Amino acid sequence: MKSLRRYIDKIKPHFEKGGKFEILESTFEAFETFLFVSDEVTSKGTHIRDANDMKRTMAIVVLAVVPTVLFGMWNTGYHHFMATGQEGTMFEYFWLGFLRIFPIIVVSYVVGLGIEFAFAQGRGHAVNEGFLVSGILIPLIIPVDTPLWMVAVATAFAVVIGKEVFGGTGMNIMNPALTARAFLFFAYPSFMSGNSVWTHGMIAGEGIIDSYSGATPLAEAAAGNMDKLPSVAEMFIGNIPGSIGETSVLAILIGAAILLITGIASARIIISTFVGGIVMGLILNIFAVNAYMELPAYQHLLLGGFAFGAVFMATDPVSAAQTAKGKIIYGFLIGFLAVLIRVINPAFPEGVMLAILLMNVFAPLIDHYVIEGNIKKRLKRAKVKA
Amino acid sequence: MSKVNKIKKGLNINMLGAAEKIIKKADQAEFYAVKPTDFQGIRPKLVVKIGDKVKAGTPLFYDKFQPEVQFTSPVSGEVVEINRGERRVILEVVVRADAVIEYEEFIVGDPANLSREEIIKVLQKSGLWPAIRQRPYSTLANPNDTPKSIFISAFDSAPLAPDMDYVSKECTDCFQKGIDVLSKLTDGTIHLNLNAEYPAAETFTEAKGVQINKFTGPHPSGNVGVQINKVDPINKGDIVWYTYPQEIIAIGRFFEKGIYDATKIIALTGSEVKNPKYYKIINGASIKNLAAGNIDDGELRYISGNVLTGSKITGEGYVGYYDNQVTVIPEGNHHEFLGWATPGFKKATASRALFSSLLFGKKFRIDTNINGGPRAFVMSHEYNKVFPMDIYPVQLIKSIMIEDIDKMEQLGIYEVDEEDFALCEYVCTSKIEVQSIIRTGLDLMRKEMS
Repeated sequence: MKSLRRYIDKIKPHFEKGGKFEILESTFEAFETFLFVSDEVTSKGTHIRDANDMKRTMAIVVLAVVPTVLFGMWNTGYHHFMATGQEGTMFEYFWLGFLRIFPIIVVSYVVGLGIEFAFAQGRGHAVNEGFLVSGILIPLIIPVDTPLWMVAVATAFAVVIGKEVFGGTGMNIMNPALTARAFLFFAYPSFMSGNSVWTHGMIAGEGIIDSYSGATPLAEAAAGNMDKLPSVAEMFIGNIPGSIGETSVLAILIGAAILLITGIASARIIISTFVGGIVMGLILNIFAVNAYMELPAYQHLLLGGFAFGAVFMATDPVSAAQTAKGKIIYGFLIGFLAVLIRVINPAFPEGVMLAILLMNVFAPLIDHYVIEGNIKKRLKRAKVKA
Repeated sequence: MSKVNKIKKGLNINMLGAAEKIIKKADQAEFYAVKPTDFQGIRPKLVVKIGDKVKAGTPLFYDKFQPEVQFTSPVSGEVVEINRGERRVILEVVVRADAVIEYEEFIVGDPANLSREEIIKVLQKSGLWPAIRQRPYSTLANPNDTPKSIFISAFDSAPLAPDMDYVSKECTDCFQKGIDVLSKLTDGTIHLNLNAEYPAAETFTEAKGVQINKFTGPHPSGNVGVQINKVDPINKGDIVWYTYPQEIIAIGRFFEKGIYDATKIIALTGSEVKNPKYYKIINGASIKNLAAGNIDDGELRYISGNVLTGSKITGEGYVGYYDNQVTVIPEGNHHEFLGWATPGFKKATASRALFSSLLFGKKFRIDTNINGGPRAFVMSHEYNKVFPMDIYPVQLIKSIMIEDIDKMEQLGIYEVDEEDFALCEYVCTSKIEVQSIIRTGLDLMRKEMS
């Protein structure tokens, strides 16, 4: 490692101000600090700093996402083989999924990080690690046959319009990964909805057997075909059609456990989102004018992107509410609205994405009222004294 | 019995090098210094020049804004150095001490028979007035104000902090005398705040003329700002004065003997100190003698004060006016290969992102590496966990960053000081310099209000 360090120290001057590759200063810094934690010491304020930093935090989130990535790869292969009426081994399923999904991940990272590096350089900032998470989340919330160029366009849109125009990491209003998905959803609806997009090969349509429908449980439920819903166990394990990473509640819960044990995601948000979903489910059960509304409330949490959204999307600390009370309100409304949109609105079979984006926009307002309460308390205290 | 205020949010950073309870008398240092930078918001005007002879209690400089307030030499000797920093700001006025210290004689009298004005006057002359500070802003107390109360934090909860009961227990009489002096300065209550987790020294429990408040919980429970917030919060327009046991003892001793005797006990702490112990010194002493032979090798950070709020000094630097401890820790100016991905059994953290968080009670050797790099605000729930006041820290910080005076006021800037945010700064994954932001806000506010 010493020789590597020596090499970095040798080439470093070229990337600093006045060097040959000055334009790559931020990029160089990003790679250097990735390899070696900086030797910078405290100069004012506290003399010691916590060992936790942004890199470690984001790395843990990526680690938490890995189970859903692996399961998504297996599930992609599994459904492709099923749709074409073939049998395969577990490894064949996984390998096929890997070949499909890995390029999407690469495109997402290359495009997103490229833009991030350029903006960081332009602003004279260090590169923020936030996109390491967004870059892996984007592939997981889109259908497997989304063309790579669409992934690239959506990622670019999300990073530039969703994040950089607001001032970059930490300043964005909406979750960047969901911004990418919303862009695709409204710009290329034929690739994002329907029954044929969820299984690899169905859009091309070659060799698909007639008995395979490819419809997601949500689509079946929206059509009122409650008898065609998979079993609760299948919905929990996740061997059902859907976006790449959203299907397995089990894999998502492993991720949730990692995030909660390390204290990185807010338990308040995750729990209140689930509670919100259940409450709406129960309200629908009371009215129950159609078959979908009779669906047991807890099954809403297993369907579609609910669990994925609650664990990985709603908890984005930048776009979520910032105050403790605000987080509970924010999470509850996400769950509540997601199920409402899903069941009541005929245009959208899934409501999680819209519910989270909507609440992202409202999060500052929720915080505003929570903080206003604190301010009023302080004013009242002053008046009582006076 | 007074009710116990339970502080739940906070953090005790487990560090190696707590001082053993033995008081050693250090050899008298050769050099002593008074540092204008210890005093918030003053503009020093020198009254001595290099070569002048001074006694203990002779003024070295005064404050341009409050010219009555003298800052006096803690020892007798010769002014040998006036160190200046950027834009010729005076950093240190250094005095070479005589072998036997001579004192200026002050006519004091019995505080019980003196008026408020007489007490203030003699304190200002002696160099002990700066021992009393005010909230908001943490500046020197202004004698023209009438504080609604005076707060004394009689325990220090900071990392490796000295036990204030232990250092004060020999001076019960002086402490009481100091309290008597303080009681002349306010019509309000004098709050003496104790830690309820162990029986406090009789110096404090038997003190008369005070209201005793008890606290439990992790740091910053010993911070006077937190205590004020829990007991009698500051509203707009309120002024609260505050001071600490050793300062009160010095005031009491001054009225006892009529001389400025700046003796105090400090703890020499930190992982790089071979035998961390308590030392009896004269305020402003160079730490050279304390450090000699007692410090491990390597590149080190010497801190007058604790690791969260202290100031960086050299190995021959001087103990700050208000500091009760000196901390020595290793510098962290080294690279670590893939350091962000290591399991981190040896690194201290308040989060649960490293395996060291499983090692309850382990004491760490923490260096000065910032462990990362500065980033934008991302994690929103970190500060709340270590900030026990009824204030939204992130929002207050952001209001300071955009210099929104009204918002700062609404969000409670009058109640806070830099030190209250030190733990926020420590835990911050974005490595933001929170304390300096708060100081900017306080200065801005003070300018606005004056």
